[in-house]
Amino acid sequence: MNDTSAFIIVIAAILTNNILLTNFLGMCSFIACSGQIRTALGLGTAVTFVMTMTTMLNYVILHFVLIPLGLEHLKFIIFIAVIAGFVQFVEMFVERFSPKLYFALGIFLPLITVNCAILGASLFMEIRKYTFAQSVGFGFGAGVGWAVAIILMAGLRQKMRYSNVPEPFQGVPIAMIVTCVLAMAFMGFAGMVSIQ
Amino acid sequence: MADKQPSACVPCQGKGLCGGKGLLTLKDGAWTNNPLSIQVLGICSALAVTNKLENSLVMGGALIFVCVGSNLFVSLLRKWTPHRIRMIAEVAIIATFVILFDQFLKAFYWDMSKQLGPYVGLIITNCIIMGRAEAFALQNPPVLSIVDGAANGLGYAVVLAIIGFFRELLGSGEVLGHRLLDGDWYTPNQLMILAPGAFFALGVVIAIFNIFRKPDAQEKKE
Repeated sequence: MNDTSAFIIVIAAILTNNILLTNFLGMCSFIACSGQIRTALGLGTAVTFVMTMTTMLNYVILHFVLIPLGLEHLKFIIFIAVIAGFVQFVEMFVERFSPKLYFALGIFLPLITVNCAILGASLFMEIRKYTFAQSVGFGFGAGVGWAVAIILMAGLRQKMRYSNVPEPFQGVPIAMIVTCVLAMAFMGFAGMVSIQ
Repeated sequence: MADKQPSACVPCQGKGLCGGKGLLTLKDGAWTNNPLSIQVLGICSALAVTNKLENSLVMGGALIFVCVGSNLFVSLLRKWTPHRIRMIAEVAIIATFVILFDQFLKAFYWDMSKQLGPYVGLIITNCIIMGRAEAFALQNPPVLSIVDGAANGLGYAVVLAIIGFFRELLGSGEVLGHRLLDGDWYTPNQLMILAPGAFFALGVVIAIFNIFRKPDAQEKKE
């Protein structure tokens, strides 16, 4: 059990331990959906929201249901079911009460179920033995960190459209190289705060 | 054993040799449509575990196991799975195999399980496995599905091993604990082990694959 304050964890999850740039999670949608800033913004918001909520839900389920019953080995299947169920629920809820938001976020929600960053956040929460407040902080911070990374990337890719990239590198490879530079830039924050 | 062999081919009887179609499936999964370097699926774990060759090999093995297992069961159950709930059924099957592998690692290779951390669990959300279940196992008989699972797993494992080999070699000068590049003339580049090195290595590997597959690289242009 560590006693880092939840606020420090939020900052660390955004900058020093960015879930995308240091833990490589959520790469698939990162590569696929970073073409435009608008799309990136929508997806980033949806991920932040779902990640905060599912990390919280999974914390509660893990500590009040699975551990007392001794069923920790089922955590993968339970976590993914919670995430899928929650996303479905949010989709129905948003569609019913805020059609405007639904059109903005709607198409991104199903994508999120298979976004490994969401499951990853829950698994990190379990492995690092966070308390409830820390878990919520981590879920939120990781979501914001992911959103920041994908929005930055979208901006870079929009600029990149006008540059002359060598043929074999066009598309995904150059995106990877740019991400490499982005990750290096984020390493500059490394000494600031740290979470293990 | 010898007379058991033909019975394995029963599902594809009448379509010529099982090996014919099987081999094609194998080649398609492992090279022509390599999940990692061509389709760019499942890169999360490809980046995260390739800091050492050993980790890459274990991860590759895990993926082959889960992919074969889930393909087999999705294929066996394909006629009884209602179309609308197929996704959740697939996820449940995949998660079961991932749990099996995770428990196996925890029981026999605790250190490795520690090192891979959450990435074993994240095999569930690896799009390759879900993609194969959805695109292949749902339409094809079990034996062919096993071949397809093995081929895709293998294609993934090989690319993973290549990246892992070079990252470990350049990053620490060692491969599987054996020092290959001597410290006298080579200073290990720590960056290759850290996050940026992973992105860089994968980018270069995909680009190299693109050079060998020029015509298709054209289509991929943004």
